[in-house]
Amino acid sequence: MEFALSEAQRQMQDSLRSALTRACPLARVRDVADRGLARDDAVWAVVCELGVPALLVPEAHGGLGLSLLDAAIAAEELGRRAAPVPFLGSAVLATIALREAASAEQQAQWLPRIATGEAVVGVALCEALAGAGAGVQLRDERLHGSSCFVIDAAQAEAYLLAAADGSLYLVSAEAPGLHRVPLLSIDATRPLSELHLDGVVAQRLPGSDARTLRRLRDAAWVINAADTLGAGWAMIDQSVAFAHDRKQFGRAIGTFQAVKHMCAEMASELEITRAIVWYAAHAFDEKPEVLSLYAAHAKALLGDAGQFVARTATEVHGGMGITDDLGLHHWYKRIGLNRQLYGGPGWARRIAAVEQGWARI
Amino acid sequence: MDLRLNSKHEKLLERVRAFLVEHGHRSVPTIPGERPGPRLLAWQKLLLEHGYAGRTVPRDYGGYGAEPDVMEQHLITEEFTRAGVALGIGNQGISMLVPTLLELGTEEQKHAYIPATLRGDLVWCQGYSEPGAGSDLASLQTRGVEDGEDIVVNGQKIWTSTAHEADMIFCLVRTEPDAPKHAGISYLLFSMKSPGVTIRPLKTMTGRAEFNEVFFTDVRVPRHQIVGQRGDGWKVANATLKHERGYLANPGLLTQRYAELTRLLQDEGVDDPVLLDRLMQLQGRVLAQQCHGMRLLTCAERREDPGLAGLITKLQGCEVRHQLAILATDALEESGLLVAGSPHARANGLWQERAMFDLGLIIGGGTAQIQKNIIAERGLGMPREPKAAV
Ligand SMILES: Cc1cc2nc3c(=O)[nH]c(=O)nc-3n(C[C@H](O)[C@H](O)[C@H](O)COP(=O)(O)OP(=O)(O)OC[C@H]3O[C@@H](n4cnc5c(N)ncnc54)[C@H](O)[C@@H]3O)c2cc1C
Repeated sequence: MEFALSEAQRQMQDSLRSALTRACPLARVRDVADRGLARDDAVWAVVCELGVPALLVPEAHGGLGLSLLDAAIAAEELGRRAAPVPFLGSAVLATIALREAASAEQQAQWLPRIATGEAVVGVALCEALAGAGAGVQLRDERLHGSSCFVIDAAQAEAYLLAAADGSLYLVSAEAPGLHRVPLLSIDATRPLSELHLDGVVAQRLPGSDARTLRRLRDAAWVINAADTLGAGWAMIDQSVAFAHDRKQFGRAIGTFQAVKHMCAEMASELEITRAIVWYAAHAFDEKPEVLSLYAAHAKALLGDAGQFVARTATEVHGGMGITDDLGLHHWYKRIGLNRQLYGGPGWARRIAAVEQGWARI
Repeated sequence: MDLRLNSKHEKLLERVRAFLVEHGHRSVPTIPGERPGPRLLAWQKLLLEHGYAGRTVPRDYGGYGAEPDVMEQHLITEEFTRAGVALGIGNQGISMLVPTLLELGTEEQKHAYIPATLRGDLVWCQGYSEPGAGSDLASLQTRGVEDGEDIVVNGQKIWTSTAHEADMIFCLVRTEPDAPKHAGISYLLFSMKSPGVTIRPLKTMTGRAEFNEVFFTDVRVPRHQIVGQRGDGWKVANATLKHERGYLANPGLLTQRYAELTRLLQDEGVDDPVLLDRLMQLQGRVLAQQCHGMRLLTCAERREDPGLAGLITKLQGCEVRHQLAILATDALEESGLLVAGSPHARANGLWQERAMFDLGLIIGGGTAQIQKNIIAERGLGMPREPKAAV
């Protein structure tokens, strides 16, 4: 048994980390936030060059054919730099949906272009995952309704939408009857949109069903958790560095035990979750029977640990912590989105309880 | 990530399972603070013969003599825990002193003490803490003064678990009063029946006397009873503490406690959504620690230093263990107040007792606050506190 990243995975982690440290300094994040851009093109170019959108695309379609654990490693590094690029929607969820439920033509049409980063596919799952009955329905072979909190939408060529029964549909972003409304959320690094559909021509992914939708949810939970792991560690590292530099009462504030314990608690609460994120990601490919349980717990644990780290790291910085100048708030907000999207910790735990027969939805 | 077992480990697992089916019913748990009785001694003997106790201790010292293999040890612990079967005697002699002697003891010390300790015939207590030296252990004042071939010990220890039942003590004494605080300590082994040893039990909040005060008046200990070099006791003690912290944060035990807790909630028909959410929170933490344990296991196999990941386990493990007991007592509502022997008591008052006992584990073996100091300073490289002006 080996419970660790492989040598290749460690190398990928290192090269992503150093490339993103160079390519995605705070200035890039701030620029995207201030100008309300969908993504940073320079960072996106680096990410594509490193093969990030190709990770989950099968080799037959020009991808790397790797596992969700590899995608989670990438997510951690993107979170660490709060990288303003599409990832979860296009490179993870749309890719998995196409891989697992699309026809050969649909795969051939989209997967090679997703892998290079040429095409981005937005993803609309919120209503279907909440089981709320809202969202989109197919009538007369066309989609009607609306979907909120759509991710990776701003520069998408197409959207993947889920109906309540788990059926997945692809629609062109140019299709008549489709109307996109940008939403303004706290996290400027991954903008959200709303889609309105009034009789839009749609292609069903023929193999899609409730099980596909569950796997998409679980994959999203794992990737959100991994993103928080990276973003949280970035906040801790910055806090520790600040505690060395900042002096009050004639000494570095890091010598004050109250400050030290804030940092120790952040590190302890966050690092204890790393292994379950790995395990849940591994389960996606190797142990599907326990995936939902572990993904739900990973999402809930990181939702809570992330929130704790985000506020505590801000506190360590004193007044500076809440300034736009320092920019730490971009990570606070990134962690906030990871926590809320596709259900907060309480909802994820409820799903875990349902999985084990402890509760009904 | 490769979670498959190799064929050697698969075979071991089969043997362990067969053993548990055949012999599991004979297992006897260790009761903290009590000497092992005849049934527990017999169970321990069976485990030693099969290599489920003292597995990697060389045969010369009464062990089973298997090659060290952390995965094997993990599988054995996990299977026993899953089956609810006690893994033989769990006391401070076996979990802390034996590994320390194997690492740092003389041949004579190993032969004299390891076999009898493993069998359960020799019971030890840990004499570290003093009234004036708890978290600041290195400030201990119990004196050891050389006199001919002996060291003469005077002073007092406190919180000494099992001292009232123990045959021997592994004890820290200051032998070099003029050396710097950490450099003047020696690690001594001596009999609790030695003239000049007095024991006063201390009753704890559980109502039992789990630990004691121990007084030394001119206790004579031969010099060859020092482990390691004279004055090197701090290093030796730290070897012991490392073993203690690993022992206190056994994720298998958390899994077992969690399973017991879910059975309790099922039996009581608990369906309150708030309690259920708390149960799921704890399940998440238990599963996370199980995965964390596997991560550390792989580090140990590869002889990699887990760094910060290793420093957080005692803090995390003891906290969750306590929270599991607290949730059980909450779920039992008023019945959760009832202690052993009371009408209407559930599970014989076990969960209240655990909540209190497990609180002691958060404090013992290095308090939660001391763990946080260690995480911050050693794990995160934060600056030390300036020395207080004397
Ligand atoms: C159940 C149990 C069994 C034990 N068994 C044994 C045994 O067999 N043998 C043995 O030798 N000892 C034993 N101990 C003692 C144990 O190791 C000590 O209780 C422990 O190290 C704390 O020391 P103290 O009790 O003197 O508390 P103190 O050190 O006085 O601590 C009191 C409070 O101050 C805090 N504090 C102290 N120093 C610092 C600091 N630098 N920074 C922040 N906070 C600080 C502590 O965290 C704690 O909250 C046992 C304890 C318990 C609870």
